[in-house]
Amino acid sequence: MATLNEEIRAFIVESFLFGDTSRTPGDDDSLIENDVVDSTGILELVAFVEDNLGIPVADAEILPANFDSIAKLAAFVTSKRGGLQQDDAA
Amino acid sequence: MCGVIGYFGDRVPTQEARHLLHRMAVSVQHRGPDDAGFYIGDGIGFAHRRLSIVGIADGHQPMANVEGSLVVCFNGEIFNYVELRDMLEARGHRFRTTSDTEVILHLYADRGDECVDHLNGDFVFALWDASRRRLLIARDRMGVRPLFYARRENTLFFASEVKALLGVPGLSAEMDPFALDQVFTFWAPVPPRTIFKDISELPAGHLLTADDGGMTVRPYWDIAFPDAAEREDGRAEADVADEVLALLDDATAIRMRADVPVGAYLSGGLDSSITCALAKPYAQSGLRTFSVTFGSQEHDESSYQREMVRALGTEHSSIFCGSDEIAEAFPSVVLHTEKPVVRTAPAPLYLLSRHVRDEAMKVVLTGEGADEVFAGYDIFKEARVRRFCARQPGSQRRWQLFRRLYPYLPGLQQQSPDALAAYFGAHDDDPADPLFSHRPRFRSTGAAKIFFSAALREELAGYDAADELLARIPADFARWHPLHQAQYLETKFLLPDYILSSQGDRMAMAHGVEGRFPFLDHRLVELAARIPPAMKLKGFVEKSILRKATEGLLPPAINTRVKQPYRAPDSASFFTGAEPDYVGRLLNRTAVEKTGLFNPLATEKLLSKCRRQANGFRDNTAFVGVLSTQLWHEAFTKRSAWQPGHHEPSRTIQYGDA
Repeated sequence: MATLNEEIRAFIVESFLFGDTSRTPGDDDSLIENDVVDSTGILELVAFVEDNLGIPVADAEILPANFDSIAKLAAFVTSKRGGLQQDDAA
Repeated sequence: MCGVIGYFGDRVPTQEARHLLHRMAVSVQHRGPDDAGFYIGDGIGFAHRRLSIVGIADGHQPMANVEGSLVVCFNGEIFNYVELRDMLEARGHRFRTTSDTEVILHLYADRGDECVDHLNGDFVFALWDASRRRLLIARDRMGVRPLFYARRENTLFFASEVKALLGVPGLSAEMDPFALDQVFTFWAPVPPRTIFKDISELPAGHLLTADDGGMTVRPYWDIAFPDAAEREDGRAEADVADEVLALLDDATAIRMRADVPVGAYLSGGLDSSITCALAKPYAQSGLRTFSVTFGSQEHDESSYQREMVRALGTEHSSIFCGSDEIAEAFPSVVLHTEKPVVRTAPAPLYLLSRHVRDEAMKVVLTGEGADEVFAGYDIFKEARVRRFCARQPGSQRRWQLFRRLYPYLPGLQQQSPDALAAYFGAHDDDPADPLFSHRPRFRSTGAAKIFFSAALREELAGYDAADELLARIPADFARWHPLHQAQYLETKFLLPDYILSSQGDRMAMAHGVEGRFPFLDHRLVELAARIPPAMKLKGFVEKSILRKATEGLLPPAINTRVKQPYRAPDSASFFTGAEPDYVGRLLNRTAVEKTGLFNPLATEKLLSKCRRQANGFRDNTAFVGVLSTQLWHEAFTKRSAWQPGHHEPSRTIQYGDA
């Protein structure tokens, strides 16, 4: 199974780079500063997280700290999954 | 309004010249359906297609003076022709007609090339001075009317539209890849460059002269802003507002001069509401107004249109422009823009001019130009906020201003200051860069270049379109106020190269309709340039002085309206209803591979993304840009693969003449 980072990366290459793998971002590359996503693009990323990864995202969570790189997004998703599991257990 | 066409150079047998001029003129017939005329001299030829508006009975062109030593071929209007005629008659000139065309002949005889300094109008004219064997071509200051030219061997050919030049044997329709890069950066090529490699455009406010010794192109006018350090004259705002209103009123009044009724476009925004309100008293048999309505609330302004119609009592009619209408019109739109575009916004204007023609009108006033001249565009506010933020890069509060900047973008309202700082401050632009105000637009448009093919990228390697713009900036630019710098860029480049051509002249003339622009009267442009920046952009209130000047003229709801950018649905236009056949035909992998300009696989993915969902700015730009380029290629070049540095043998393009 693809790791979470790879899953996110594949979505980014497909949706924002239209298959141009020469510009594939590394885990810590800023998606905004490298013009990979614009403000609409961030909302597409939010939709991806909700639709494909099943994680609801609150407005207050749409922050560069959570969405500006593959690593940040993966960390956000992982922490949310942890939170969800805890909720389930409760 | 009309189409002008001609050549100067090698002698051509009369029969052949007549045939060539006729063929070129037919391709711009839409510009002047009323009349046609020819002049053939020694190594010189003119053709004219006429839309009769002033001096209907006696304004036939090309027109010569009594001696036959001067011949003029003219497209456009000289609005101050009445005053110029009085002045010239007082100096002993005798007129044979009532037309504005004859004024140009006498004024040239009186003043030579400096005649242009006296003209207030939207014009392109070609004037043959037979005794000096010298051709003069002039284009109006703001670039309302177009003029293209090309040289083939020893002959200079010129025409109001490129399609006429493509009728010249041996002139190729090859694409200039650098111009395409400019479309995907600035929204249009910067003249003299055009999207056609072998064809040039005479820049606005320039003269072209040619004689047997050669050809020169030189500017005769430019916008002069004062030095930022210069002390303001301290005039009271109310005083300035009075002067603005008086001049705008006169600019409107002289634009109502015509031997046919003059109507007006009414979008419901501040600018067209002002032109309509000022025009109304001058419309002797009532003012007819025209507008576009959209289905989506995001784009539609019809409630404001109704309010203005009620307030002014105009005879109003509108057309509905939905996705299907835009999709259906788009290929014809590209035939008339003659260059790729990154927005569908020209399409509704194409449909509107058709409606105006169907209503048997030929002339309309529009509010175009007010945003450039009085600082109405968001880009001016945005540049100001970016400068403000750049002074305190660590500040979180400053970035929140971006929310106030774009109240009509709901997505932005939810973003945290942190996110706003990330989007708007990501690039750390240097406030000392002359292009500071426009860098974000160039970048966001340029993001669509990811679709360029490997071959095209290779050809463009090392090329930066912005450098070409930097080279065109006047020497004293650095001393101007930042708002004036931004206004200059907008007024000198986007206005003539995109707004007045792809959304202006070309869309109106597609149906033989002449647009007139009171806000672009050069006296008003010169006055506005000297108005202190803080009176134009006052805090976050754009066009403040203009609002003040027109307070008594408009209903308060219109006078205080925040600018809503004129936009049309972009990629969604092609997928909301039935997808038009040409989309799949031009964007499939094979077709894209064949033209060679874009990456076929990426384009395919873009197409399927657009079919699936509504898109943001970047994907819309890319989709409309790629589609219009493919349409342009099919319509104009009819060639197979584009290759870097590849020069095909020249060929003649038959256009609209089959």
